[in-house]
Amino acid sequence: MDNLLLMMAPLFSSKLLIVLLFGTLFGLILGVLPGLGPTTGGALILPFTMTLDPLSAIVLLTSIYCAGTYGGAITAVLINTPGTPAAAATCLDGYPLAQKGEAGRALGMATVSSTVGGIFSVIVLVFFAPVLAKLAYEFGQPEYFALAIFGLTMLASIGEGSPIKNLIAGAFGILISTIGKDFMTSIDRFTYGINELSVGIGFIPVVVGLFAISEMLTQSTLLDQVFKRVALKAVKLPSLDDYKKTWKTILRSSGIGSFIGVLPAEGGTVASLIGYSEAKRFSKEPEEFGKGSIEGIAGAEAANNAATGGAMVPTLALGIPGSATTAVILTGLIIHGVRPGPDLFREQPDFLYGIFGAMLIANILFFIFGFFGAKLFARITLVPNKILWPMIFAVSVCGTYSLSQSIIDVWIMLFFGVLGFFMRRFGFSVVPVIIGLILGELVEGTLRQSLVIFDGNWLMFLTRPIALTFFILSFIALAFPLLRSKKQKN
Amino acid sequence: MNNVQNKKRANKSLPFFFKDEFKVFFVIIFFSTILLISTFTFDKVPPILNRGIQPATFPKGLLILIMFLTTIIYYLSFKNPWKKEKKLPKPFFLTISSFILFVIISKTLDFFLAISVLSIFVSYNWGEKRVFYLLLVGIIFPLIVFIFFEMILGLRFPPGIITNLYYY
Repeated sequence: MDNLLLMMAPLFSSKLLIVLLFGTLFGLILGVLPGLGPTTGGALILPFTMTLDPLSAIVLLTSIYCAGTYGGAITAVLINTPGTPAAAATCLDGYPLAQKGEAGRALGMATVSSTVGGIFSVIVLVFFAPVLAKLAYEFGQPEYFALAIFGLTMLASIGEGSPIKNLIAGAFGILISTIGKDFMTSIDRFTYGINELSVGIGFIPVVVGLFAISEMLTQSTLLDQVFKRVALKAVKLPSLDDYKKTWKTILRSSGIGSFIGVLPAEGGTVASLIGYSEAKRFSKEPEEFGKGSIEGIAGAEAANNAATGGAMVPTLALGIPGSATTAVILTGLIIHGVRPGPDLFREQPDFLYGIFGAMLIANILFFIFGFFGAKLFARITLVPNKILWPMIFAVSVCGTYSLSQSIIDVWIMLFFGVLGFFMRRFGFSVVPVIIGLILGELVEGTLRQSLVIFDGNWLMFLTRPIALTFFILSFIALAFPLLRSKKQKN
Repeated sequence: MNNVQNKKRANKSLPFFFKDEFKVFFVIIFFSTILLISTFTFDKVPPILNRGIQPATFPKGLLILIMFLTTIIYYLSFKNPWKKEKKLPKPFFLTISSFILFVIISKTLDFFLAISVLSIFVSYNWGEKRVFYLLLVGIIFPLIVFIFFEMILGLRFPPGIITNLYYY
């Protein structure tokens, strides 16, 4: 009962409500604009959160996360271009349905299923995160090391694209985290006499570079692209028939999305693809998928929004992000002096339940904004790229500069922008780099401390049951893509 | 006759060093090797202070892993060649050039000027020819962003020929 009251706290604070309203609106705008999204938006707004108290800052970031994930559906349905990668599966049926003159129905279903998926995942978060946090008390350094390895292998295994390329990207992310002074011995690594590098490479320049600047370069190759827009009169609530047809799909996808979100993987993107394919597998009309199936929209949208709450579970309980956006939220927590993990649940329940409540309210808010304002938000995509991207560049440069007031950070951002563009061009996902970068210190620190405990004996890892379980799971995660490709060949 | 010859020429597979797979393999292996060599220059911790592993060991392990995995993807590309990417268009190279211009101007002249020049350069090369919109993205918007960041975060931008006029 106390926890429920704590969850409702944001409703009674005018400051938090304003932050929530702003975050939801900002998240929707970011979600609608193809190429931007909650990860880039969160990274860009991070410096401004310094002016807020920790709870307001995290509420702002989480509301951007929830609304941004939903916002991608608006452009997916109306211009056949996903606003965020997580909305890619929504295009498959959303746009064909819109072409049939039912854009309002498609967006209505996307809005309802996103809201249900989002709320479902917050419930999972409320119940599951404290359990996982209690379990984390059993974790020592070897267990944390094994868990981080499991996270990275899962990322490689079920993430987008080639597992080996994902592993390379993850290892590269960890390698970036080793730049600067070694945190155990203060010895310089990869600094090459550049003083600015001795403090390491910041998270924000890398995120903004890999997401915003690389997207700017991608847009420079797509200038000839013409969007075929579908007119939207108004968003319609799904009919009783639509509800009857889709309620099982929505619930199933909500479960899938929450589960995928909990795994340290690619959050919403993978969740929506699995949610969509499962909706097709269980459907009575699988032949309708790809031609404007309402179940397809429900399956994809419920799953990607359900991943938001799921991804917050390991972020808050273990300090291991479940997606690229939660990596930004984790950075926000660290910047504000909040250390995620089991102690947070014991010492600051009001803070945590405030976040849970804010996520719940954000899901309701984007339902209202989406339902009444989708038409208006869709108009944002009319801003031409030749105006929009130079503006985004200006904000990215100032945002990156502002955190450490270092021009080197801006150059690092540009470097990672170019690198990110070529990585994506050759099939390397940039998400593992982000996760690797944020997990790097944890991986190295726990490995080295474990070796101290084990007196340098690597085999001692196998004597710890929890660590051994994670290693076995990591092995399965790595073997899974091989088995899958063999099965596909057969 | 000419057409047949042209087709034959097009069908001839490219030499291995022109293929994307090799270029990616080469770039990763080249830079990983340089970084790996540089790890041998890291200071070592005296044995009495060395608890666990040396500071260079972990990055060495990562670099060897990256090189090993890169070799695997290159080997696999013989069986499953990567799809050929389209040639990069002119605006891409102009955008990349604008980044270089940005670095030079921000280092030598002014941070604000660098943003302005890049914004106008990119916008113009992406097809915007209307002066008002060029001024909007190149001067009005960056100015708003500058003032906004300065007021909200109390940020002080690096000195330069234009920024100095604002500050003094």
